[in-house]
Amino acid sequence: MSNYVEIEGLHKSFKVHGATLEVLKGVDLSIKKGEIFGVIGFSGAGKSTLARCINRLETPDSGKITVGDTDILSLSKKGLLQARKKIGVVFQTFNLFEAKTVYNNIAYPLKISKVKKDEIDKRVRETAELVGLTDKLNSYPGGLSGGQKQRVGIARALISDPDLLISDEATSALDPQTTLQILDLLKEINRKKGITIIMITHELDAIRYSCQRMAVLQDGLIIESGEVSEIFKNPHSHTGKLFAKVFFELQQPELRDGGGI
Amino acid sequence: MSLLNYSFWEVFLGSFSPEIWKDIFPSVADTLYMTLLASIIMLIGGIVLGIILTALNPDGLIPLKIPYTISGWFINVLRSLPEMIMIILMIPVARLIFGQSYGTNSCIIAISASCIPMYARIVESSLLEISKGKIDAAKSIGSTNFQIIFRVIIPETLPSLIRGFTTAVITVISMTALAGNFGAGGIGDIAVRYGYQRFQHDKLFACIYILIVIVMTVQGVGNLISKRLLKRRGLV
Ligand SMILES: Nc1ncnc2c1ncn2[C@@H]1O[C@H](COP(=O)(O)OP(=O)(O)OP(=O)(O)O)[C@@H](O)[C@H]1O
Ligand SMILES: [Mg+2]
Repeated sequence: MSNYVEIEGLHKSFKVHGATLEVLKGVDLSIKKGEIFGVIGFSGAGKSTLARCINRLETPDSGKITVGDTDILSLSKKGLLQARKKIGVVFQTFNLFEAKTVYNNIAYPLKISKVKKDEIDKRVRETAELVGLTDKLNSYPGGLSGGQKQRVGIARALISDPDLLISDEATSALDPQTTLQILDLLKEINRKKGITIIMITHELDAIRYSCQRMAVLQDGLIIESGEVSEIFKNPHSHTGKLFAKVFFELQQPELRDGGGI
Repeated sequence: MSLLNYSFWEVFLGSFSPEIWKDIFPSVADTLYMTLLASIIMLIGGIVLGIILTALNPDGLIPLKIPYTISGWFINVLRSLPEMIMIILMIPVARLIFGQSYGTNSCIIAISASCIPMYARIVESSLLEISKGKIDAAKSIGSTNFQIIFRVIIPETLPSLIRGFTTAVITVISMTALAGNFGAGGIGDIAVRYGYQRFQHDKLFACIYILIVIVMTVQGVGNLISKRLLKRRGLV
């Protein structure tokens, strides 16, 4: 498998009250086509900033980001809009459009791309079926549960047939059971459509449940990356150790049985 | 009837007599006409300016510091002019457009000029209420700034925009009353001519009732629409 997302020497800092806050200090990351790649780190480590750099919601100070054949940082304005349509993003806070029905939330990416109406209708229904929302199409997001909202979020991210899905803490606002359902859905999407998924989270369970490979982000640097099982067995970094320690303390009985979450 | 030689109760009862209302009704039409036209002009001008301000805002889609500061000053200058001065300032403009510097239409121009900057600020604050997350989502999907403004920000903040417009229309109504002094006709004109100059307090009372009814109707309709929207969206 070849690398699909390639990030090299990514730097990003913010000006906060005149001072410079360096958030990403040279991040390197290689993600293979079709895998679910986990990125874990404590709050404030720079995970969301990293995610936002990949579709250039933030402009990095320096570095290189390649998604497929596209050099993200050298794209023109128009090219960037086109590239963003092929990178789906799912958010912790869902960020649905509350003025639109579920149907129109899911249809929005196609509507702004001037797709024909019956084509839109067909694809909205297909996608709604995939995420299990067929009976909610005429509801407004305001009346949905957290899990249903995230399904809308996922459907909206999927409808333009992206090649890459970035999930920034997609399950962090959900209860354990709903989390599991959403993770299952992401795995199913990955399997059925072969979409590469970057799963950003601070939940170990989510990564262990879904990912083969992962990276640990700490203080703006990737301090560890590789097979999930390796990192849990043999963590080198402080964050890795801390996560693994917490993890083993909490999960030991299940681990001994060799089961999932 | 004047409060100088009748009791409050007598004037109050007198204010409901048919003769009084015969004089007043035509002026209600004038007030409504001025309110309607000035509100429409204010709506268009205020929305356009409000959108520009929101886009240029330091937290906005196209943060441009200098144009934002300049348009901010411009609006603040206009807002600091009392309406009466605005009416005087608009006399040459009205003469240019209508060939006369007094009357209902000329006052509409002055009222609009006074209200647009105020309403633009209200629109700006409504539009800025949208959560950053929704903008992030819209951008991630590949929306242009134009699409973000018209397909996301405006629909999402519509209930707040409606409430703001309601407030602004009520300001317009109070301004039409003042404009009555300058040959615009309407309720304000009646109130000043009869209530102030001739001490006909029964007519003044009748004017007050009408203004109260108009204002309450506007506020009620605004609240109703905005609440309906929120309810439909499952947000209340
Ligand atoms: N636009 C911004 N302006 C200034 N500082 C920012 C900005 N965005 C992020 N930061 C800062 O960058 C650091 C990393 O933020 P980021 O959101 O990437 O962390 P995170 O790893 O996603 O954390 P969490 O788990 O809480 O979501 C934080 O200290 C944050 O305050
Ligand atoms: Mg984050």
